[in-house]
Amino acid sequence: MNAVALPDGDSTTGLYLDGVSVVFDGFRALNNLSLIVEPGELRAVIGPNGAGKTTMMDVITGKTRPGAGIVRFGGRDLTRMDEAAIANLGIGRKFQKPTVFDALTVFENLELALKAPRGPIACLRWVLRGEARTRIERTMAEIGLTERAHDLSGLLSHGQRQWLEIGMLLMQDPQLLLVDEPVAGMTDHETEQTAELLVGIAGTRSVVVVEHDLEFVKALGSRVTVLHEGSVLSEGSITHVQNDPRVIEVYLGR
Amino acid sequence: MNTRRLILLGFVAVLALLPLLNLLPEEHPLHVSDFLVSIIGKWICYAILALALDLAWGYAGILSLGHGAFFALGGYAIGMHLMRLIGPRGVYGHPVLPDFMVFLGYTELPWYWLGFDWFIFAFAMALIVPGLLAGIVGYLAFRSRITGVYLSIITQALTYALMLAFFRNDMGFGGNNGFTDFKELLGMPLNSGHTRAILFYASLASLVAVFLACGALTRTKYGRVLTAIRDAESRVRFLGYDTTRHKLFVFVLSAMIAGLAGALYVPQVGIINPGEFSPGNSIEAVVWVAFGGRGTLVGAVLGAFSVNALKTWLTSVAPDLWLIVLGCLFIAVPLLLPKGLIGLIRRRGETKP
Ligand SMILES: Nc1ncnc2c1ncn2[C@@H]1O[C@H](COP(=O)(O)OP(=O)(O)OP(=O)(O)O)[C@@H](O)[C@H]1O
Ligand SMILES: [Mg+2]
Repeated sequence: MNAVALPDGDSTTGLYLDGVSVVFDGFRALNNLSLIVEPGELRAVIGPNGAGKTTMMDVITGKTRPGAGIVRFGGRDLTRMDEAAIANLGIGRKFQKPTVFDALTVFENLELALKAPRGPIACLRWVLRGEARTRIERTMAEIGLTERAHDLSGLLSHGQRQWLEIGMLLMQDPQLLLVDEPVAGMTDHETEQTAELLVGIAGTRSVVVVEHDLEFVKALGSRVTVLHEGSVLSEGSITHVQNDPRVIEVYLGR
Repeated sequence: MNTRRLILLGFVAVLALLPLLNLLPEEHPLHVSDFLVSIIGKWICYAILALALDLAWGYAGILSLGHGAFFALGGYAIGMHLMRLIGPRGVYGHPVLPDFMVFLGYTELPWYWLGFDWFIFAFAMALIVPGLLAGIVGYLAFRSRITGVYLSIITQALTYALMLAFFRNDMGFGGNNGFTDFKELLGMPLNSGHTRAILFYASLASLVAVFLACGALTRTKYGRVLTAIRDAESRVRFLGYDTTRHKLFVFVLSAMIAGLAGALYVPQVGIINPGEFSPGNSIEAVVWVAFGGRGTLVGAVLGAFSVNALKTWLTSVAPDLWLIVLGCLFIAVPLLLPKGLIGLIRRRGETKP
C-alpha cells in the first residue's frame, strides 16, 4: 500500500485504536476502546451481544464517526476518510449479515470486488483479462463455489453467501480484513474450513475476526480480545481469557 | 439470431415502414394517416425519454421525478434555434428578434440567445444544458447522500421550479406561450410531409442508437456497478467504489439522453411551452417505465408505447378519465406488476412447456 508513516509517535503500522468512543443517543456503544493489531496478526474478538464489536468495525471502515479517539491504519487517520477511501487503503470488511449482490452472479460479485481501478470510465472500459479471470477462478475454487460461478448469488444458501462474501474480501487484496461473524449459519465442517481459510490468510495480512462460536475461536489459535460494554475487558490467549474471572462473569459463565 | 432480437427488429421495421405507407394514396388499404405518423413520431421520443429514465432508475436506483425537465430543456434549446430561423417571417417582421420579444419591448437579443442561430450549437446545448443541470443537482444531492424518496422530491421540485420560471415573461423564453409558429429546420420547411418523415426517421434512428448504447453500457462492469449500487449502495462503498461519482455519471448521461429526446420532439410537435415542465409529465414517464418493466430496456420502450397508446385512446373516448387512470397505474403497477409487462411476458414464457 502507499500508506505513509506519520512521524507523530502513534503506531504507524497495523491497526491502532486509542480511546475510541461512540455514543448513540446517550448510549455508549464504544467506551474508551483501545486496540492494536499488528501487521500480519490474526485476532479474534469476542463479547456478549451489544458489546460493540460491530460498532468497532463500523468505526474502522468509516461507516460511523467516533465521538472521540484515534483510529489509524498504517499511520493514516481513518476518521477523516470516507468508506471508499478506507477500502482503497486496503481495509476490507465482511458484514455480520452477508450482503452480496443478489442480482449478479457469483462470478460477477467477485469481479466487482476484484482490485482494479474503481472510477466510472475505468469500469466502462474494463475488459476481463486472463490474469484477472485466473484470480477469480482461483478464489472461487478456494471458497468452493466454482460450480455455482454463473448462478445468481441470490440463489445461494446462507453458508455459501458467507463464503462468497469472504471471497469478495479476498478479491480486494486487503491489508486488513475485518470479518464479522463468518460462521453463523454454517455446518461444523464449513466452520472448520473457514477457520483454516482465515488462518491461511493471516500472516501476510492482518485479520480481525468477530465470532461467538468459541470452538471456532479456539480453532483460530490466535490472541483473543474480549469486549464488554464498549471497551476491552480482557486480552490474551484463549486459555488466558477463559480463565479470567471477569470474562467468566459477564460472558462465559452465563 | 434469437427470437428476442427478431421481435425487436420486426418492431423497428414496422415503425420504419409507417412514413412510406403514409405516401400511399388515401384510398389504398395500407395507407397510414398523417395523424398516426405524427403520433408515433412523438411516442418514439417518449421511448427515448423512457430509456433515459430507466438507465437512472431501473439500473442505478435513482428515482427521478424530474426527468421531464431535462426533456423540456432539450426541447427549449432546439426551440430557440427554430425561433431564430423564423427571422423576418414573424408577425412583426423583425429581422432578428422573435415576435414575443418585440411584443415585450426587447431591443436586442439577450446574451443567452447568442449562438442559437447555429443548429450545431443549439443541438449541443440540448444535451449540455440538461447534463449540466443534472450534474449540479446530482452532485449536491449524491454528495450529501440524499437518496430514495428525498431525491425524488428534490427532482420533482426542480421541474416545478423550472416550470414557474419559464412561465415568467422576463426570463426571455416566451413566457406561458413558449415557442411556436416554427418555419423550417436545416433548410427544410417543417410543414412538408417530407420533413416530417425525415424527423421521424431521425427519431427512430436515435431510439435504436440509444437503445443499443444503453444495452452495451449495462453489459459492462460499470453496468454491474450500477445494479450493485441500486441494490446495496453502502456495500459498494465498502468495496472501494466512490458511488457518488458513479451515480453522478449515470444521472448526467441520463439527463443528456432526455435532452436529446426533447430536441427530437419539439420540431415534430411544433410547439414548446412551460407546460412541458409540469410535474405530471415526469410522473407519467415514471409510469411508462414501471408499467413496461424497469431495469429492462425493452420494458421501458414497451411501456412508453403502450401507456401512450392507452392515453391517446382514452383521451379520445373519455378525456376526463386519463388522470384517474394514470393515478391508478401509478399505484397499481408496483403492487400488481412489480416487474412490469416484461415481467409478465417472461413469466408466461417460463411457465409454458
Ligand atoms: N446506529 C445505531 N444507533 C443506535 N444504537 C446503535 C446503533 N448501532 C449499534 N447500536 C447499539 O450499540 C450497541 C453495540 O452494538 P453492536 O452492533 O456493535 O454490538 P455487537 O457487539 O456487534 O453485538 P452482536 O453480537 O449482537 O452483533 C448495541 O446496544 C446496539 O443496539
Ligand atoms: Mg455485531
